[in-house]
Amino acid sequence: MLYTIIKENSYQDSVNLMLLTNKISTMDGINKVQIMMGTPANKDIFKTSGLSTEELGKAAANDMCIVVDTDSEEKIQEVLDEVDQYLNNQSISNSKQEFESVRTWDKALKALPNANIALISTPGQYAAEEAEKALDNDMHVLIFSDNVTIEDERRIKEKAHEKGLLVMGPDCGTEIVSGVPLAFANVVKQGNIGLVGASGTGIQEVTVQIDRLGGGVTHAIGTGGRDLSDKIGAITMIDAIKGLAAHKQTEVIGIISKPPAKEVRDQVVELLQSLSKPVVAIFLGEDPHNHEGNIYYANTLEETAAIALDLAKGNPVKPNYNKITGEVSAVNLKPEQKTIKGLYSGGTLGYEAATLISRGLGLGKSNSHEEGYLLKTNGFEVADLGDDIYTQGKPHPMIDPDTRIKFFQKAAEDESTAIILFDVVLGYGSHEDMAGALLPGIQKIQNDAKAKGRTIYFVATVCGTEQDPQNIAEQKSKLENAGVIIKDSNNQAIRTALAMIDIHVEEMDKEMVPAAKKAADQDITTSSAIEKLLNEKPSVINVGLKKFTSAITENGGKVVQFDWRPVAGGNERMRKVLSVLR
Amino acid sequence: MYGQFKTIDEANRAVIDNVVSSSPFLVDVVLAKSVIKELNGKVLLHAGPPIKWENMTSPMQGSCVGATLFEGWASNADEAFAMLKNGEIEFIPCHHVDAVGPMGGITSGSMPLLVVENRSGGNRAYCTMNEGIGAVLRFGAYSQEVINRLGWFRDVLGPVISKALKVKGDGLNVNVAMAKAITMGDEFHQRNIAGSLIFLKDIAPYIIQTDAADKDKQDVIQFLADTDQFFLNIAMATSKAVMDTARQIQHGTVVTAMCRNGYEFGIRIAGMGDQWFTAPVNTPQGLFFTGYDQEMACPDMGDSAITETFGVGGFAMIAAPGVTRFVGAGGFDDALKTSNDMMEICIDHNSNFSIPTWDFKGSCLGIDARKVVETGIEPVINTGIAHKEAGVGQIGAGTVRAPLACFEKAIDAYAVKLGLIEPAAE
Repeated sequence: MLYTIIKENSYQDSVNLMLLTNKISTMDGINKVQIMMGTPANKDIFKTSGLSTEELGKAAANDMCIVVDTDSEEKIQEVLDEVDQYLNNQSISNSKQEFESVRTWDKALKALPNANIALISTPGQYAAEEAEKALDNDMHVLIFSDNVTIEDERRIKEKAHEKGLLVMGPDCGTEIVSGVPLAFANVVKQGNIGLVGASGTGIQEVTVQIDRLGGGVTHAIGTGGRDLSDKIGAITMIDAIKGLAAHKQTEVIGIISKPPAKEVRDQVVELLQSLSKPVVAIFLGEDPHNHEGNIYYANTLEETAAIALDLAKGNPVKPNYNKITGEVSAVNLKPEQKTIKGLYSGGTLGYEAATLISRGLGLGKSNSHEEGYLLKTNGFEVADLGDDIYTQGKPHPMIDPDTRIKFFQKAAEDESTAIILFDVVLGYGSHEDMAGALLPGIQKIQNDAKAKGRTIYFVATVCGTEQDPQNIAEQKSKLENAGVIIKDSNNQAIRTALAMIDIHVEEMDKEMVPAAKKAADQDITTSSAIEKLLNEKPSVINVGLKKFTSAITENGGKVVQFDWRPVAGGNERMRKVLSVLR
Repeated sequence: MYGQFKTIDEANRAVIDNVVSSSPFLVDVVLAKSVIKELNGKVLLHAGPPIKWENMTSPMQGSCVGATLFEGWASNADEAFAMLKNGEIEFIPCHHVDAVGPMGGITSGSMPLLVVENRSGGNRAYCTMNEGIGAVLRFGAYSQEVINRLGWFRDVLGPVISKALKVKGDGLNVNVAMAKAITMGDEFHQRNIAGSLIFLKDIAPYIIQTDAADKDKQDVIQFLADTDQFFLNIAMATSKAVMDTARQIQHGTVVTAMCRNGYEFGIRIAGMGDQWFTAPVNTPQGLFFTGYDQEMACPDMGDSAITETFGVGGFAMIAAPGVTRFVGAGGFDDALKTSNDMMEICIDHNSNFSIPTWDFKGSCLGIDARKVVETGIEPVINTGIAHKEAGVGQIGAGTVRAPLACFEKAIDAYAVKLGLIEPAAE
């Protein structure tokens, strides 16, 4: 039987409510539960989950809606108590905040008049509109939200470029500006390496490896995954490179991207060739064999960091960085156990795994045609569990273990599985104890396998630094104590997993060759707004997810929390009326 | 498009400048029918936007019965009910005749009214006097005790205060009293004890000097000393006088009135003049006196939300930490959050009423209907809660929200009136 509880005028952001939904759904006697704000779009989601009720129909966009499917009515009070407790605890933890919370741009700008970055994490369909408001107020924009159309992305990036501003994103998960981590980012030592990346976990892994190897970064600028497509033409990456070229403390520039469109790649490379600073670049999946002029090409994220660090220290670049370090454990596998299941929370980390495993299997390019899989062939699978198809109405696997545990179990049921390869991504934004959250699932699989006389190996990398809010040593030891093989980098973890089933991916030594063609004269001047961005601690208007504020306040940035809600609750007629009454 | 103003923002600024430059004085107490000509017939004023008898809540109907008895139009309650039901008595909203009324807001010709004159606009506004607590007309009681008190108001309280004000000569400056009281913990809707005390302090010396009988003087002073909410009605008449001056500018989106009749909530915005935009009222939520609960609460009533329109009441929750728990707002941080939230839908701070607990920021100024719609933040109103049955009286206090739909309708109509958008298809 369905029960509906409407809490009027009680707004919570969707991530919070998804986590709360998960929590309630684990209560005994609850068949199904969904907790969301009563927006028209959410009501459709209720409908598709078979949880639509008459009372729900009457709820407004600012009403928190709880629909519970349970056989016993007494459960409802328990649910309500649990909900209240969850929400109250949160208000206690919020009560000592060091920043102001606002609900309108007007008030945000008054609260932080020198704000120079708007960090936008609204639902995608509203992100472009909010980004334009930020640009109109001469602020750089970091769009964490996904689901922004490419036409909108193009338009706002062109507008930003004309105003000398940067639009980082959309779907930009990671950013470090002057030592301040924004969105999902690690706390990395400061140094002389400046990064520009079109991939969130790509930036996280490279910055973490730089930190681990003893180096540091000036900035790590995310551009959003589509920036290097032919439709966008690397507008953000080019402006960011020019900014880093002019930035004094940045002595080495690093570029991270999945393979770009050909003409865009040429344009970016030409710009890089014209710089007086050395550059390390990784276009994931490209398999480069040479370094060209001032551009050093890497095959893996770890190698990118290692080359950057040698350049940063003025050391000669070595011909090869991709040997496995450390012993590969002896394995005890049944004859049918031949495959690896890579179950990643970080998209680019998964992409790196898919690339290396494909090469190991001699498959060449690793493009899977099945949605949600980066690789799926002969029992070998690599999935990016942060992909949209897994996160509809569910939290991202970096903040919630459930999806991953389900996939672990599914992988364990496959008799061919020898190794489950995964990542634990630390840093701001991520789960406070992902190792601990995954452990029960891992141990259950180990025990079930043991009962059947099998061993399933877990190999993982923990992407984090010692300065991260989570305790990395503790995260690692929790996993190691449970028998998980932990490696220092994703590259090492993948190669170790492959070696355990006797597959070895050889990397050829790279040679130095001169630049393919002479760099044309390039305009490498940067705007004063970008120069300012790169020379100051950021002041941020955080539009959306409140959890992003702590990274900023704890690392010397300033922030105002904009408790964003859809304009006019998403009512289209009212949006129009408001736009004509400006 | 916006008259002499280039933009809506400019028009709104002009409206709120009128609020800030207001100069309201309590000048007199007079019989209602002497200043409101409509009340010379069988007419009753009521709170909120226009309403029919059959849609009135039980307490408002009870108030109508009380007023009918008080005026001597009927000799008993049954007769009064019959007359009211038969449509023998006409109903007019207080707001249509420069008046405001608390809760039921029922006002008849023989009731004495406070007169507040806004000298910056030259207009006057009227409100009945606060009856205290217990069995009172505004909550729908119509017992002999209630009728007797109304008689004493007419024959003693009104005339004595009127005489005192005449001795004083140029009226009492209400802005000054409010500026003091807000620093003493009043927000002028749920808490008026400081304002009431200041009024008593200001008026007592003049009461003594009147030629009224000593017993009457003593009774009046005792009544004022006993009636913690006396100042509420002064604040209401003041808010009405000031907002009526402000809305002489008929452009822009500043809210110029908010009121409720137990059936509908109504608002006006400057750009739409006298037109009401209504939506079904909510029922207040809050704390209840022992023996009563939320089930017994009457839907929202009264013109007292004119105080919130003026920027005090629920908007000034931060000024009145003493009552935050009573109105269900929790602790100090919640009060702060309430006022900060309300500031999101207002245009500026009113420097006339600086609030110490708010870092001396002024009270909220100018609700912009656009901001209400944009943010979905509904104005919060501090209110007493009536029992839904007539005559039981006040059973608690709490808060209630102005329904978003009123604001949506208002700005929609304004955009249509300006020709900026086609009317929505029905």
